[in-house]
Amino acid sequence: MENILQIIGIENYIYLAVLLFSIGVFGILYRRNAIVMFMSIEIMLNAANLLLVAFSNYHQDGSGQVFVFFTMAVAAAEVAIGLAILVAIFRNVGSIDIDKLKNLKG
Amino acid sequence: MDTNILLLLLIVPFIGFLINIFFGKTIGKNLSGIIGTLTIVISFVISVILFLQIKETQEPVRLHLFDWITLEKFKIDFAFYFDQLSVLWLLFVTGIGSLIHLYSTSYMKEDENFHKFFAYLNLFVFFMLVLVTGSNLLIMFIGWEGVGLCSYLLIGFWYQNQEYNNAAKKAFIMNRVGDLGFLIGTFIIAYSFGTVDFMELRESLSGGIATSTLALLGCANLALFIAATGKSAQLPLYTWLPDAMAGPTPVSALIHAATMVTAGIFMITRLNFLFDLTPNVQHLIAVVGGLTALVAASIGLVQNDIKKVLAYSTVSQLGLMFMALGFGAYEIAVFHVITHAFFKACLFLGSGSVIHAIHGEQDMRHMGGLKNVMKITYVTFLISSLAISGIPPFSGFFSKDEILMVAFHENITLWVIGSLASIMTAFYMFRLLYLTFFNKFRGTEEQKHHLHESPAAMTMPLIILAVLAIVGGAISLPGSSWLNTYLAPVILNNAAAHPHHLGTTEYILMGVAVIGALIGIGIAYSKYIKKQELPLNDNQSNGIHKVLANSYYIDNIYNFLIIMPLNILGNFFKKVTEVIISGVVFGFAKFADELSYQGKKAQNGNIGLYLFAFVIGVCVIIYYLFIAR
Repeated sequence: MENILQIIGIENYIYLAVLLFSIGVFGILYRRNAIVMFMSIEIMLNAANLLLVAFSNYHQDGSGQVFVFFTMAVAAAEVAIGLAILVAIFRNVGSIDIDKLKNLKG
Repeated sequence: MDTNILLLLLIVPFIGFLINIFFGKTIGKNLSGIIGTLTIVISFVISVILFLQIKETQEPVRLHLFDWITLEKFKIDFAFYFDQLSVLWLLFVTGIGSLIHLYSTSYMKEDENFHKFFAYLNLFVFFMLVLVTGSNLLIMFIGWEGVGLCSYLLIGFWYQNQEYNNAAKKAFIMNRVGDLGFLIGTFIIAYSFGTVDFMELRESLSGGIATSTLALLGCANLALFIAATGKSAQLPLYTWLPDAMAGPTPVSALIHAATMVTAGIFMITRLNFLFDLTPNVQHLIAVVGGLTALVAASIGLVQNDIKKVLAYSTVSQLGLMFMALGFGAYEIAVFHVITHAFFKACLFLGSGSVIHAIHGEQDMRHMGGLKNVMKITYVTFLISSLAISGIPPFSGFFSKDEILMVAFHENITLWVIGSLASIMTAFYMFRLLYLTFFNKFRGTEEQKHHLHESPAAMTMPLIILAVLAIVGGAISLPGSSWLNTYLAPVILNNAAAHPHHLGTTEYILMGVAVIGALIGIGIAYSKYIKKQELPLNDNQSNGIHKVLANSYYIDNIYNFLIIMPLNILGNFFKKVTEVIISGVVFGFAKFADELSYQGKKAQNGNIGLYLFAFVIGVCVIIYYLFIAR
């Protein structure tokens, strides 16, 4: 089977990952809804995953792909806890708009 | 003798201390007193047995417990050494100690801290035993410090009185000055001889001594002498002893008259082979002793506090002992230590008996006429006064006379000084006696009603001590001295080797001494019995009397020269530290405080802002890590 990297080229994967990561960062900075921010975080994580997989293939080294599995597992756990926290916040405050969550003010 | 018994001799008072300090309150006053007294009596009995053995065999006993400090070529044993000298001290420390413990069971009966008193007394005796039996300078130093501590605790025994606390502190601090001398002396000896053990020191000297070592030894002896002036209350460190009378009277009798203050004399006698090598230091000792005897005796002339008179008299008598030490007449100094212990303990306990009878009154101007009420106290007091004045055949006559005799042969000026001090002694002792026991009672009606002879537990020790004060002189009669022969193995340059003859000069000297004492007594008689004079108040006096009443202003001079500059320096440094050091430290604290207060404002709780800062931060890190390089 022909290596898919040879068709597309490694630099395109990097461009896509950078794009995804930037989308994530800007999502975090501009959106005020906590769930959307969460999704942005996931996008950033997946950008990293994409790079890991791409370079793993490029170097013919399997450990990169192993890392991806770890990242996925951690992301799953993070989502589970993060969503639980958000639910708890919503029940207490009645909103998940981060501009209204200012109780930690110093 | 079994070493366990020797150990018992030392440790029993300490056990008494432990029991009294921890269980004294629960076991009650009676048992506490019995235990306190009994422990000392046990030590005394063992001491007597030991004394008989050593007198027979002439063999010193060494009790080696363990090696304390072991270095290359330098070793200090934790060992005790029982020879003629230390056993002699053991005998009268435990003997008089037992009597005074017995006396205290009655004297301190009303005191709520009765058990503590006995605990301290027992601890004192323990440390005193360590001091006299230590086999090297370091063990001796343990005892030396220990007795100082107990002295401090007992002077400040009535701790609610701030003046008494000050007296205690004064005693402790003045002793510390001397202790420094002791340490320096020990260091120099350890450095130049490589040992601090008394026997090894003595052996190392048998092969002669190098000139360079001799110079160092001079410094060591001087330092040790300073230590002795601190502990034994000599010029210039004597001023703590009169103040130490703040303690209960039995304490004054035991610690500040009979035993602890003789520690300096013991130490010098113990190291006689070292002091013999440095005649300059010996000369200094003799001069200081003589001056102390005169100065203290002259102050004693005008004191109105019964215990103060006795305190100055103690200082003066110690001065005479040091004079004898300075002349190299160690056995005579020891002789006077022993007789002095008898009659001075008796005098102090007698004064305690008087104070007890008039409910704590110590001013002689409010006493008088006690002769008829307190017969036993009066008779024992009279005997001891005669003994201290040097009237034959009482013990004090023999010992004091021998000191003066040596002084006459060695240094005629010091003989004059010593004789003057003796005349003054006779005067102020009989002034004390007449004011206290003769004429009419001058106290209040209430006190008069209260007057009574003390109970048997107090008069018994008085009688025993008075008897000893009469016959004590027998241990060293002029011409054939048992004491000199007994101490001969301990004292390198001993008198037994070259006995002096009793010639016409000696008899004339004795006569002069006795006449001097009689003159002193006569003056006291004419002033206080015939004319019935009363001493003036201290503030009414003038001229020489005023100077004496204020103890030559020595305390004021010390205040001015030492305490005031120290206070000023302390205040100065207090200001410096407050302004500069505290300022800098507080400045740092203020800066951190302000910084964090301002920094706190950045945390406004806006999560968006936090995230923005976070992203900026990451960007900066990435820029510097990967791009800027």
